[in-house]
Amino acid sequence: MKSTTAETPKQRWAREVLEPALKTAPERDIPFTTISGRPVERLYTQDDLGGFDYARDLNHPGEYPYTRGIHPTGYRGRLWTMRQFAGFGTPEETNARYKQLLAAGGTGLSVAFDLPTLMGRDPDHDLSLGEVGKCGVSIASLADMERLFDGISLGDITTSMTINSPASMIFAMYLVVAEKQGADWTRMSGTIQNDILKEFIAQKEYIYPPRPSMRLITDVFGFCAKEVPRWNTISVSGYHIREAGATALQELAFTLRDGIEYVQYGIDAGLDVDDFVPRISFFFNAHSDFFEEIAKYRAARKIWAEVMRDRFGAKDERSLKLRFHTQTAGVSLTAQQPYNNVVRTALQALGAVLGGTQSLHTNSLDEALALPTAEAATLALRTQQIIAHESGVTNVVDPLGGSYFVERLTLDMEQGAKDYFATIDRMGGMVEAVEQGYPQREIAESSYRFQQAVEAKDKTIVGVNDYVVDEETTISTLYIDETTAERQIGRLRELRQRRDSGRVRRTLDDLRRTAEGTGNTMDALLDCVRAYATVGEMCDALRDVWGEYEEVPSI
Amino acid sequence: MDKIRVVIAKPGLDGHDRGAKVIARALRDAGMEVIYTGLRQTPEQIVAAALQEDADVIGLSILSGAHNHICPRVMELLQEKGLGDVLVVVGGIIPDVDIPKLRAIGIEGVFLPGTPMQAIVDFITGHVRPRAETV
Repeated sequence: MKSTTAETPKQRWAREVLEPALKTAPERDIPFTTISGRPVERLYTQDDLGGFDYARDLNHPGEYPYTRGIHPTGYRGRLWTMRQFAGFGTPEETNARYKQLLAAGGTGLSVAFDLPTLMGRDPDHDLSLGEVGKCGVSIASLADMERLFDGISLGDITTSMTINSPASMIFAMYLVVAEKQGADWTRMSGTIQNDILKEFIAQKEYIYPPRPSMRLITDVFGFCAKEVPRWNTISVSGYHIREAGATALQELAFTLRDGIEYVQYGIDAGLDVDDFVPRISFFFNAHSDFFEEIAKYRAARKIWAEVMRDRFGAKDERSLKLRFHTQTAGVSLTAQQPYNNVVRTALQALGAVLGGTQSLHTNSLDEALALPTAEAATLALRTQQIIAHESGVTNVVDPLGGSYFVERLTLDMEQGAKDYFATIDRMGGMVEAVEQGYPQREIAESSYRFQQAVEAKDKTIVGVNDYVVDEETTISTLYIDETTAERQIGRLRELRQRRDSGRVRRTLDDLRRTAEGTGNTMDALLDCVRAYATVGEMCDALRDVWGEYEEVPSI
Repeated sequence: MDKIRVVIAKPGLDGHDRGAKVIARALRDAGMEVIYTGLRQTPEQIVAAALQEDADVIGLSILSGAHNHICPRVMELLQEKGLGDVLVVVGGIIPDVDIPKLRAIGIEGVFLPGTPMQAIVDFITGHVRPRAETV
């Protein structure tokens, strides 16, 4: 029977041109999929964009739904912030690295804390053994924070702090340092990560159970709306979700669904949507699959705008505009042939820029081996500067807009994320989904599938499962020895002798009472910090009230 | 032959468990009995788990740089408990200069980023010692 539908131009091409060509020159026998395992076609044309509507799906930059970017001028006005994540050893060592990065043209600071700080433990705690200053800088009290920012004016720079469970405590320390420098809180800007949901989902640096953890976050929302209105109160992070093995779609979906959860909890805590949502920012990964990543960022903006307007009734344009930081994918970098990592990072960074990121960290070539050396960190920053000033990609807003492939992928990402939202909504929300281990299982599944694909050589990793060399290149790396721990423990003991211990006790008691009641924990924490209470002491006071969370292990 | 029994543990404060979980699944798929302890286990808890589970192998996943503290303690406790014949392997980010130190205290396998899962399976199968109580 003869078909009644006319052949599309793409079908005609396939019949007349493609099929004869495939007979003489077949395609390579590999799965043509993105790094996330998403199958892609060999060609995209306007036939793949049936029903696509420019005004609805794309619109111009700076116009709802912001798919093409939140600024009408893209990077022609201001480039992204080149913000290199750094922190190691003692506060003085990290302070010196910050001054070096600022002198090299870095435009913002980003603090990496060590594991004891991230987990709310003092350097002299049993569990801190061997961890002090290793993965970041050790900060136990206001005294350490003063050393960290010595000679750096907090009123003039913006700082991002990667801290989650003890985010309020560290933020309180930052504010008190600023106060002592004479800076005006209402004019200060910066970001605290403060995203506990992705800790339960992926990075696992949690202390308290989910619900009291969410309260700490909504307390920061409420506090900042009044006292530090230009501060980004949260950086809802997909980075760690992706690093844990999620696909690009899972990163997008879980991150945005986390964002929705925070907005819902803020509203439930009595806040008005437009009073706190404009200060919510995001943090995405820039992985190796170029177009998939670009589609991810574009879809993220579109989904957020729509959800804020339609689900939460946000009116302020700033509530609808998704702003994000990006970091290139640490997990994609290899210990083998480490110089190859410079190239990987450059391509990933280019994807982030073409996706319209507001700020960017580029990983150093020694990422898979250690914390970066000063030389490696500078080269990573130079990579961004070359993209910004030499590649020409910053001249035009959303230069890939209208690409059949990118637009199709953006629409598919959007639909996929909404499907995940529906599943999580059915569970009752992200807190409930996390408690049931749902996103955790989804990610573990994806990471295992990816590893299997690598072992089967369905996915090539240059220098690891192909193009391997016998003689490995060795590079010099940063080695953190045990003197940091000794020094930090010594200082902490001195501090405990020196400070007014009665005042510390009173402020910690007040913190416990605030946590038991409904007051804002930020106010109580600021008083603890001014009394030089330590991160461990403040976190312990809240452990007394809320207990600790333990994950049920599963593989 | 009985299934090889492996305790996979994640000591220290770090929560990055992607590697530990992927390896645990790979070993299970290779026919081993895998017990995953979960996060933030002290050396004491890890050795207690090995004793209770009658483990042939302990796999430690450490990315944070705390291996120089954790590994010697685990080895010491294994000796104390009479579990000196348990095969201990470590995977993670271990600086080159530390690898000989770990070998010297009896850690037989040190696996760095990029090691194929199959190489770890083969190593364990090749190095595991028959359990004393197996007749």
